[in-house]
Amino acid sequence: MPWSHQDKTAIVGIGATDYYVRGKSWPRTINDMAAEAIMNACADAGISHKQIDGFAYYSTAGAGYLDKFDTASLMETLGMPHITYSATLTSGGGGCPGAIGLATAGLMNEDCTYTVTLMALQQLPQHRLGVVFGASAPNPENSFLQPSGLVGPGHLMSMLTRRHMHLYGTKPEALKEIVQATRANTHNRPKAVRQNPLSDEEYWGSPMLADPLRRLDFCLETDGAVAVITTTMDRAKDCRHKPAVVHACAHGGQREWGRAFAWMGMPDPHFASSGHKFTADRIWAQSGLTAKDMDVALIYDHFSPMVLMQLEDYGFCERGEGSDYVLSGKIRYDAATGGKVNGGIPVNTHGGNLNEMKRTSSA
Amino acid sequence: MTYGPARALPGDQIKITTNPDTEPFWEAAKAHKLTACQCGDCGKFRMPPTPVCPECGSRKKEWPTLPGTATVFSYVICNKNPKNGEDYIYVPIVVDLDGAPGARLNANLTGCDAEDAAIGMKLSVDWMPIQDGWVLPNFRKI
Repeated sequence: MPWSHQDKTAIVGIGATDYYVRGKSWPRTINDMAAEAIMNACADAGISHKQIDGFAYYSTAGAGYLDKFDTASLMETLGMPHITYSATLTSGGGGCPGAIGLATAGLMNEDCTYTVTLMALQQLPQHRLGVVFGASAPNPENSFLQPSGLVGPGHLMSMLTRRHMHLYGTKPEALKEIVQATRANTHNRPKAVRQNPLSDEEYWGSPMLADPLRRLDFCLETDGAVAVITTTMDRAKDCRHKPAVVHACAHGGQREWGRAFAWMGMPDPHFASSGHKFTADRIWAQSGLTAKDMDVALIYDHFSPMVLMQLEDYGFCERGEGSDYVLSGKIRYDAATGGKVNGGIPVNTHGGNLNEMKRTSSA
Repeated sequence: MTYGPARALPGDQIKITTNPDTEPFWEAAKAHKLTACQCGDCGKFRMPPTPVCPECGSRKKEWPTLPGTATVFSYVICNKNPKNGEDYIYVPIVVDLDGAPGARLNANLTGCDAEDAAIGMKLSVDWMPIQDGWVLPNFRKI
C-alpha cells in the first residue's frame, strides 16, 4: 500500500555547525549551535529562518543527553514571528529519519509551511552518555539491567553482537571491514573527524572495551548541530536546490523487539538483530521499492555490528548472512565508477558516525 | 584473549529502586528465593514485572519460587568498573530462567575465567547483598 503522502514533501536545505571533538564545543551553548545550524539550513534552502513555522524533533526533542530543545526558546532566539506546529517522536536517535515523516504530517495537515528538524550535541564531562546512565540510581525498570554493569550503549550492543556471532558464525573481521569500508569514504569530506585510511594493525590494536567490541567499533562522540528543512513540493520548487523528494517514511516497532537492549527479553531471531525489520518491511511496502532498487544505503552506525544487522533487517542480504556479505566487499563504494562493488550496496558514503561525526542522540 | 576470573561487581556500589509492580521480586530475593512474575490467569511469565499481562490482559500475578538455575543466553566481557573506571573483569550475562519460560534476567557471571564464558552454560543463582538491605541475584557456573 503506497504511502498516502508519497512525493508530496521534500527536504530542501541542510545546515550544520563545525564538528567538534566531544566536549570541545564549549563555550558555545546548545542554542547558539542550534541557531547556526538552522540559519545555515535556511540559507541552503534559499529561505529566511523567519519563515520557519514548524518544528519536528526526534528523541523526545533531546539536545544531547541532558538538555531538551524548547521551541519557544528557539523562536525567541531566532525571532521567528509565529510557530504553528511543534512535535517530537519518542525513543532515541535511531528515530531521526522518522522526524521527516512527522514534518510531513504537519505540512500535509496545513499546520505549517516550512519545518525544521534538528539535533545539537554537547557532551560536557558531566553530560557524557555512560556517565549519565551510571550516575544515579536506576528507575525500577532499569534496576533489572544496570546492576549487571551494563551501563553504556556499547555494553548493550555487545550483548546482541555476541548472540549474532553464536547463531550465525559472524566474524570479527566483518566488523573490521565495516569500519574500514566506511572510513575509506571520508577522504573527500572536509569536516570529517577521521580521514586517514584505517589499517588492519590499527583496528586489531584498538582496545577491547566490551568484548567482542573494540573502541573503533564505537561511533565517534562529537559536539555540534545539524538541521534540515522540509516543505511541500509546491514550495520546494522555489527553493535554491533540486529538492530531495520524500518518497516514503515510517517509524515504529514491534513487541518482540520491545524495549530492546534496555530489556534483553527479545526472542530469537529478534535479539540478534537491529530491530528494524518491522519498520523496514513497512518502508518497502509504502515505497513500492526493495533493497535491490537502492543505489546507496545510509545506515545508522552507532556501533559497527548494528550496520551488519541492519543490512539483514532491510533485506540487503538474508538474516545471518551479514558477515559473508560484508566480507565480500559489498558495502564498499567504488569512487572510480561512483557505484556498487560486487553487486552490493555502497554504505555510508559520507563516512558515517563511525568516521565523520556523530549526529544523533541515541541509546 | 586472557582475562582471568570473572568477578561480580561490588554490592556496596549497587543501588536499585522498586515500585509496587516490581517489589515482590526483590522481597523474594531478600529471602534468597528466585522468582519471576507469572500471570495468575494464563500462566505466562514476564520480566521485569509489569502491571498487566501482555498476553491476556490480566492483572493477577503469581510469584512462584523457581529452581534457581539458569542458562546463559548471551554475555559481554567488560574490563573497567563502571563506577570508578578501575581495571575490573566482570561478565554481564543475559540468562534464561529455568522454570519460567520467556523470563530473563541480567546479572554477573562468576565461578569461571571470563574467557571461558559461553552461551548455553548452566548456572545457579548466587545472592549478592547490595545497598539499602536489598539482595541481587547473580549466577555462578555449575
